[in-house]
Amino acid sequence: MEKYITTPITQEVTAGLKSGDYVYITGTVYVARDAAHRRMTEALDAGKELPIDIEDAAIYYMGPSPARQGRPIGSAGPTTATRMDRYAPRLLDLGQKAMIGKGNRSKEVVDAIVRNHGVYFAAVGGAGALLSGCIKESEIVCYEDLGAEALLKIRVENFPAVVVIDCNGDNLYEHVLP
Amino acid sequence: MIRELHTDIITENVKEMCIEANHFLSPDMVQAMKQAKDREESGLGRKILGQLADNLKIAGEEMIPICQDTGMAVFFAEIGQDVHLVGNYIEDAVNEGVRQGYEEGYLRKSVVGDPIFRENTGDNTPAVIHCSIVPGTKVKLTFAPKGFGSENMSRIFMLKPADGIEGVKDAILTAVKDAGPNACPPLVVGVGIGGTFEKCAILAKKALTRPVGTCSSVPYVAELEQEMLDKINALGIGPGGLGGNTTALAVHIDTYPTHIAGLPVAVNICCHVNRHVVREL
Ligand code: SF4
Repeated sequence: MEKYITTPITQEVTAGLKSGDYVYITGTVYVARDAAHRRMTEALDAGKELPIDIEDAAIYYMGPSPARQGRPIGSAGPTTATRMDRYAPRLLDLGQKAMIGKGNRSKEVVDAIVRNHGVYFAAVGGAGALLSGCIKESEIVCYEDLGAEALLKIRVENFPAVVVIDCNGDNLYEHVLP
Repeated sequence: MIRELHTDIITENVKEMCIEANHFLSPDMVQAMKQAKDREESGLGRKILGQLADNLKIAGEEMIPICQDTGMAVFFAEIGQDVHLVGNYIEDAVNEGVRQGYEEGYLRKSVVGDPIFRENTGDNTPAVIHCSIVPGTKVKLTFAPKGFGSENMSRIFMLKPADGIEGVKDAILTAVKDAGPNACPPLVVGVGIGGTFEKCAILAKKALTRPVGTCSSVPYVAELEQEMLDKINALGIGPGGLGGNTTALAVHIDTYPTHIAGLPVAVNICCHVNRHVVREL
């Protein structure tokens, strides 16, 4: 089913999503990949605050190419979410609701999704030029020294994605894989 | 006759190739994607293939890289033995072209200088350069930037001779199944059979640069390519891993003589953003 949703991704939003749904996301989304997740985890370990408002947040696993003059962002497709499996459960337990990426997730992540009424979306891998057009604004929140891996805040409009793991833990990839 | 070639020409061409490869897929790939869309049975699969076609159009028209992972820069340089390179050392000349191309082309810098300490080199260098000396007076450069979503799902299997061709088939299917949705299907699968540990990996990588739609000149290998393509597409992984009968666009296999005791097989998985540009200088 096609659905239009807006951020923040509350429990009411995730309750209305089923694995296999095709959604268009509008609103504020954070962008972070391996190195930014590692830094956030190190911050938590050191007893510091996270640099983002994690409550009902959506994090897009992505590292864009540089923006040309006059554009908010460059090519901006998803990166493989599996690499964030080690960090994701902790952030979900702190309030994050949605993850956007591509590829398989670990059992620990699926459990954390169920426990926290979260959701995992897949965006189309390798469609960075197309997805770039759905990103209307982008700003660096922190970790600028990481270059393409800096933590960003973006505003998306009708960003297309597929619900892969819904809040009940139902996993679309599992229906597909042999 | 010895021919002189200034390495500035190599640098200039490398720069252009970096920008070209990351914005325009070669016609063989575009054609293969189009045919896949006509054949795809899943509605969602067709929708994704449609988005990928739109993506290619936007990339070329608006000069936004096809994929944000503009890859680690891999080159095959076939250098004619009657060429005399003047100017810089060839690897420096190639790296300078990469530096300029990735900067001027607004391409992502995805290389870290040390695999453990992981500080970004800031200019996407160094490239991975495979040089070989060939007959003649030309330099043939093949550029194939490689994204790591798919590179990470690639495998090497050191099979036993007794495993035979069935073992090879199992190895290829295992790699593709394990890759699942992670490697951005539809895939192009490069396979190297034989040689040594490193030789089969290089064969597999090079096989990815062969034009999609061409098959091996060895009859049994060409048959194996077709059989594996059919088997992979029967897995049902589909575009984006969301189901469908387009899991791979092509399987390219190359072989090399090997040792009496071994049967090395490398499977280099590539996504649908299978970029390759060839220039002869
Ligand atoms: S695997 Fe290919 S299409 Fe997917 S993100 Fe990497 S380079 Fe892009």
